[in-house]
Amino acid sequence: MSIVIEPPRSSKPKRTNWEKYGWMYMRASGVLLVILIFGHLFTNLWLGEGIKAIDFAFVGGKWSDPFWQVWDLLMLWLALIHGTNGMRTIVNDYAERVAVRKTLTYVLWATCAALIVLGTLVIFTFDPCPANGTIENLPSFCPAK
Amino acid sequence: MATEFEEMGAVPSFTVTLFVRRYNQEDGLEARWQDFDVQVHGTDRVLDALHKIKWEIDGSLTFRRSCAHGVCGSDAMRINGRNRLACKTLIKDLDITQPIYVEPIKGLEVEKDLVVNMEPFYKAYRDVQPFLIASDKPAKERLQSPEDRERFDDTTKCILCAACTSSCPVFWTDGQYFGPAAIVNAHRFIFDSRDEAAEVRLDILNDKEGVWRCRTTFNCTEACPRGIQVTKAIAEVKQAILRGRA
Ligand code: HEM
Ligand code: SF4
Ligand code: FES
Repeated sequence: MSIVIEPPRSSKPKRTNWEKYGWMYMRASGVLLVILIFGHLFTNLWLGEGIKAIDFAFVGGKWSDPFWQVWDLLMLWLALIHGTNGMRTIVNDYAERVAVRKTLTYVLWATCAALIVLGTLVIFTFDPCPANGTIENLPSFCPAK
Repeated sequence: MATEFEEMGAVPSFTVTLFVRRYNQEDGLEARWQDFDVQVHGTDRVLDALHKIKWEIDGSLTFRRSCAHGVCGSDAMRINGRNRLACKTLIKDLDITQPIYVEPIKGLEVEKDLVVNMEPFYKAYRDVQPFLIASDKPAKERLQSPEDRERFDDTTKCILCAACTSSCPVFWTDGQYFGPAAIVNAHRFIFDSRDEAAEVRLDILNDKEGVWRCRTTFNCTEACPRGIQVTKAIAEVKQAILRGRA
């Protein structure tokens, strides 16, 4: 005869375990962020004239290129979700009262969502050739130039 | 040399100052440091100094110890800010030009002086089902290859002293985390080829308060008096959960 020992927690309804996916996300996004962030710093601060090259035209030029749009979009989403999830971890550590924890976590994700929406809008709706722009500040491809 | 010591072969002795964290729930006072000057031998351990205090200076000093030889796991305490067994810490190995600070382990409720309430620690231990679960009823012992045994050899050494769990900053925060010791003892069975409930234990540790709260601080590995690679064991359990099997 076999002995059956009921696992004490088996009665608990099984929910999706977000902690596991959170843990995996922190590592996967971390690896990608190393490439994205250092690639970003390298092109902006080192290549060509280095930091002196950064002006309106430089940014406008980058955001007219689908390659950099995708690059910055990935950086924005990955870093914001990564940072917010990291802050959630710290909130879980320090907030002892449930109401405080839930409030802070809600504020974190709401802020994250707002920043992601705003950032995404900026990346895709950015006008590199504004009609009221000073000519010498515009990127070279603008018709006004 | 003979003039230095009373007799040939005598063990040198010296005076050390111990600051011991005192607390008594009944007197209503805050926990406080009390210092004792103790004459000790070069071969003495912190536990011997505590005995000297208790037996010769202040009989009210309260601490746990049983085997006095690093086997039972009852005298884990914070010695100079590090979790150690008092019975395995030689005084001469500490910086004796400075006072030695002895406190209860952190993260568990202090009952008196160096004695803490271990129940939350044992609860987490019980929750991982730290016993062999096998459906067969063998007529002889269950055999295992040396390779299969090697997988969990390290985690069989645990003496449940709580030095690891009470050194973990995640455990300090709210005491809800299972803690390294429970994970070590789950590891002991998860990777045992004779056991059949690895999935159950992996499922238990794949919890909000389970292995994912570990932040790889390595405090547990540093604290373990048995030299168990605690952080490595936790990482192996994480990997097993990701794989879905032991
Ligand atoms: C440069 C590439 C990055 C890598 C490789 C990386 C990697 C990681 C990893 C692996 C963790 C989990 C640590 C653990 O669970 O023990 C983590 C946590 C965290 N990360 Fe990042 N990260 C990067 C960039 C960032 C950025 C840009 C932010 C901010 C937006 C950020 C904010 C955080 C926070 C707040 C935590 C939580 C810290 C904690 O658990 O105590 N990280 N990071
Ligand atoms: S793993 Fe080491 S430190 Fe932790 S309870 Fe076991 S013997 Fe003590
Ligand atoms: S008294 Fe038993 S381990 Fe120290």
